[in-house]
Amino acid sequence: MSVKGYQRKLDVENGRVDLSHGSGGRAMAQLISGLFHQAFGNEWLARCNDQSAFDVAAGRMVMTTDGYVVSPLFFPGGNIGSLAVHGTINDVAMSGARPLYLSASFIIEEAFRFSDLKVIAESMGAAARAAGVYIIAGDTKVVERGKADGLFISTTGIGIVADGLDLSADKARVGDRVLVSGSLGDHGVAIMSKRQNVAFQTEVVSDSAALHNLVAVMVAAGGSSIRVMRDPTRGGLAATLNEIAHQSDLGFRLQETSIPVKPAVAATCELLGLDPIHVANEGKLVAIVAPDLADAVLAAMKAHPLGSDAADIGEAVADDRRFVQMATGFGGRRIVDWLWGEQLPRIC
Amino acid sequence: MKYADEFRDQAIAQRIARAIGAEVSSQRAYRFMEFCGGHTHAISRYGLEDLLPANVRMIHGPGCPVCVLPASRIDMAIRLVDRPEVTLCVYGDLLRAPGSQGQSLLRAKALGADIRMVYSTLDAIRLAEQAPSREVVFFAIGFETTTPPTAVMIRIAERKRLKGLSVFCNHVLTPSAMHSILENPKIRDTGGIPIDGFIGPAHVSTIIGTQPYEPLAEQFGKPIVIAGFEPLDVMQAILMLVRQVNEDRYEVENQYSRAVTREGNRRAKEEVSQIFEPREQFEWRGLGLVPNSGLKLKRAYAQFDAETRFAIHDLRVADNPACECCAILRGAKRPVECKLFGTVCTPETPIGSCMVSSEGACAAYWTYGRVRDEQLRRPS
Repeated sequence: MSVKGYQRKLDVENGRVDLSHGSGGRAMAQLISGLFHQAFGNEWLARCNDQSAFDVAAGRMVMTTDGYVVSPLFFPGGNIGSLAVHGTINDVAMSGARPLYLSASFIIEEAFRFSDLKVIAESMGAAARAAGVYIIAGDTKVVERGKADGLFISTTGIGIVADGLDLSADKARVGDRVLVSGSLGDHGVAIMSKRQNVAFQTEVVSDSAALHNLVAVMVAAGGSSIRVMRDPTRGGLAATLNEIAHQSDLGFRLQETSIPVKPAVAATCELLGLDPIHVANEGKLVAIVAPDLADAVLAAMKAHPLGSDAADIGEAVADDRRFVQMATGFGGRRIVDWLWGEQLPRIC
Repeated sequence: MKYADEFRDQAIAQRIARAIGAEVSSQRAYRFMEFCGGHTHAISRYGLEDLLPANVRMIHGPGCPVCVLPASRIDMAIRLVDRPEVTLCVYGDLLRAPGSQGQSLLRAKALGADIRMVYSTLDAIRLAEQAPSREVVFFAIGFETTTPPTAVMIRIAERKRLKGLSVFCNHVLTPSAMHSILENPKIRDTGGIPIDGFIGPAHVSTIIGTQPYEPLAEQFGKPIVIAGFEPLDVMQAILMLVRQVNEDRYEVENQYSRAVTREGNRRAKEEVSQIFEPREQFEWRGLGLVPNSGLKLKRAYAQFDAETRFAIHDLRVADNPACECCAILRGAKRPVECKLFGTVCTPETPIGSCMVSSEGACAAYWTYGRVRDEQLRRPS
């Protein structure tokens, strides 16, 4: 179905979504073909089916699903669209897989601007193209005013993982090294800087990025010595390491002074009483790597643009209490606990 | 981070630690209470206790406003937001504080009450301006540091004729609480709390100065060192306390001289005394009813007093009988000595208020310090 054949062109500049755009009628078809298909442009969507068929290559498939409710929708370094693509790609990539296809479902509040929707859809398309993945299925729903805060996006991602790779959060072993791919807390601070009641000026932008190419060079260098990879989103590094500690039944010892944090992020956290290791990231990963190849993996990370600030921040230790502990920069020790309460709702 | 990292320098910390180690007498114990939650947080966050000799023990005091707020005040706030015309502005910490039936403002918000998390009194003013038909109530809480901003808010409301804005006042006074800790017969008679000295508040003292602590040091013979909130401040203050104890002195000393004077902030004190006056008594969780320890609005400002305006009256409600917040806030017990600690009472499901705020003694222990107590429990 092409845009031709509709009586009036979609007024992207001034128009707004109304309930008819989710009704299954002509208006919806026009929105989908005029806005989403153009932004995502690929052969699967062009066929306008309710599903897309694709060939399956050798290896094992991985699949993930995710919902995006970030507020505000536009933030320094990205928007809900690019975030949804990057976040889904990263969830697939943390298995060591190459991401292939995405689906995206949009729940739109009526009166949402077409112009905003276009920017978001185009940045999704751009993020997908840059990453070499295709958005091949989608859905659009419109809800009444007040029933959704502008726009929610939910996604599914599919990828393929090479034989011999079986990363899993229960595979960390005592003595493994803990690597992070770069500075922590950038995304959370960028979002906070735009929140209505805490707005402040900062040069910090979200680190939102697709990490699968970084993962590929790490896998090339470390292979199955890489036991676990996770992207520390909500709850930050602290939550990720506590999850791994519980799933692998061990503890971690970290060196606070080795953990990369940008000065502007550190200062913001100081001001707001937050800890950068609890703040969300959208373009960073944590890898637990066997000690024999940890240095090689770290070197490969540092040679990649998305891992230039990568660091070895500690090790896995035997601990049946599964504590994540940290030697502080002050010379003492402390526990790094899960974040409790709600530091910042709707960060992604 | 400039102006902060200098006060977190490990090499200097080690030097002070060596000095403390060299000066403490092995013949005795040193038990110091840091009154303020800000100090408790710094001690835990930086693992400061690892740098102290075994016979120097820090006791975490009641200087966390959320922790000492009795359940009855949360109950009162929940009754306030039951009124459809009320918008309640609260600081984030307070949202999870448990009321007498385990209910919280967070749950009230989820059920539809109009509760807004704010970062300053200015947010409340903005809300009152934007919604003149609403009754905007600011949940004022905190020690002497946060009282001046509330006073300024009332001044602005007066000037801008914001008829919808009022204050639910829970401001409390530090010296009265310290007095209560030292004087409480329960504490004296059980001998449960042998405190050798106090680390005095940082921010509170910028407002009230060091003078108000002098009668306390004199009357009870306890040294008090006012200290900043950075870890090196705390280390230096501990060294100063050790020296006073060794020399049998009990003076008020000011480690935080870069921000605190003997007189304090005169302008802020005047502003506060024009608008507020002491309550005869105020309930503190853990300390009970403490005379002259809370503030209320003066009669001339009754129109801004939510308690008067909405005729909500104080109720006393009993705390959970198994909860040891009371003993913990007085320094008579450690968090791990409470049966509820870490079992049914965790930061996710707080029973006592010490578990609610990150400055609370139990939450700080849980979040940062547990490993030490685990080691005490299970010598390996």
